[in-house]
Amino acid sequence: MSDVLENIDLFVDGYLTSLKIILWALAGSLPLGVLIAACRVSPIPPLRAFGTFWVTTFRNTPLTVVLFFCAFGLPELGINNSFFFFGVLGLVLYTSAFVCEAVRSGINSVPAGQAEAARSIGLDFSQGLRFVVLPQALRTVVPPLGSVLIAMFKNSAVVGAFGVGGDLWSTGLGLTSAQGYPALTIFGIGVAVGFLCITLPAGALLQVLERRVAIAR
Amino acid sequence: MAGVNKWFGELHVLQDVDLSIARGEVVVVIGPSGSGKSTLCRTINRLEPIDSGEITLDGQRLPEEGKQLARLRSDVGMVFQSFNLFAHKTILENVTLGPIKVRKLSKGDAEKRARELLDRVGVGEQADKYPAQLSGGQQQRVAIARALAMDPKVMLFNEPTSALDPEMINEVLDVMTSLARDGMTMVVVTHEMGFARKAANRVVFMDGGRIVESADPETFFTRPESARAKDFLSKILTH
Ligand SMILES: Nc1ncnc2c1ncn2[C@@H]1O[C@H](COP(=O)(O)OP(=O)(O)OP(=O)(O)O)[C@@H](O)[C@H]1O
Ligand SMILES: [Mg+2]
Repeated sequence: MSDVLENIDLFVDGYLTSLKIILWALAGSLPLGVLIAACRVSPIPPLRAFGTFWVTTFRNTPLTVVLFFCAFGLPELGINNSFFFFGVLGLVLYTSAFVCEAVRSGINSVPAGQAEAARSIGLDFSQGLRFVVLPQALRTVVPPLGSVLIAMFKNSAVVGAFGVGGDLWSTGLGLTSAQGYPALTIFGIGVAVGFLCITLPAGALLQVLERRVAIAR
Repeated sequence: MAGVNKWFGELHVLQDVDLSIARGEVVVVIGPSGSGKSTLCRTINRLEPIDSGEITLDGQRLPEEGKQLARLRSDVGMVFQSFNLFAHKTILENVTLGPIKVRKLSKGDAEKRARELLDRVGVGEQADKYPAQLSGGQQQRVAIARALAMDPKVMLFNEPTSALDPEMINEVLDVMTSLARDGMTMVVVTHEMGFARKAANRVVFMDGGRIVESADPETFFTRPESARAKDFLSKILTH
């Protein structure tokens, strides 16, 4: 326990970094996922193909591989940025595929007549999606989207492991090699508690949200 | 529309369909189930694309996709069998959505006009409710008001009363009859022969994806030419 307390500022630091990763990944993957979902249901075949390609690629590639590609592949291609940026980018790309599929299943749950009615009063595809289909899809999207986002919160730890998390990670490794397994256990518990502090409130928030959208129909 | 053909896979649902409708004309389309009536109706605003032939509206060929198609659809009102009111919007919002987003009317103007239309179809009191809170007949009248709010050049009705209980059919037909009397151009797929006799200028009989017969209602109902139309009429007029 003392290891955790002695390194508390590292914990706080690492924790804040994780939070930052999560917030950026949320801000990136939600809109991107919705956009890709829109592509997948669009009337334009090349857009549909692009959406399918995107999802197939990022949903079927392990996160670590996506992260490797971003962190080490992109610099090879002449794109340079911080580890933090590449880490978040990888997480955004990966998560967007899952967000897309959750949103698409919601879109498919809205009866086809709604989109037809929207088109028949002269709304174009994107207007029909924004004003008619997506608001109704939201109801069914919240639970699966919640799972996707909680998975993303946890995946942010993998991003942390890519060196983005900084000192906490190396301290953890240092302590572990110096003091053996007990330290690792306690250290692990500290990190796990930290994560639960993020995912539990998030889960509760999602439940409230779920109830809210269920009523507002 | 001229020489229109459409396939669903192997199925040739519309076969060399030629049909022209004059401004202000009310055309009722009847025919047995599966004859392609709904499909015909839906090709007119391109909810179903066609495989060959040409459809023109007000001298303009139907655009393929995108903004122009959306603009054309805004001039074609459509009323569905299953109403298809926007479930998450109030009655008033259902009627104002198109005018605000497509016609770029101000919210105030759109609401004023929407309330007039809702009054006209007899559901003015329901403006702030949600579709699920209304009866089928009321919902369908709202759907008519929603279409009218776009000031369409033509209105398409695809079996507007088929999903309704008998006592609600007339309230919808009354609204449609008054529209017809006011000179609206209408294409109506229906099994309501009373409406066809009263309001239609012309009856088009379809069978097997073809227009088999086209005549004024009086002639069609008393002296149908084709054997298939006679057969069809004898079946529906006996119950
Ligand atoms: N989306 C579709 N995919 C495949 N086949 C279809 C589709 N829509 C309709 N059909 C078929 O096309 C034929 C014509 O259908 P349509 O709905 O136009 O008939 P209808 O005259 O309106 O019949 P009803 O009186 O039963 O409504 C039917 O055999 C139907 O099964
Ligand atoms: Mg039909």
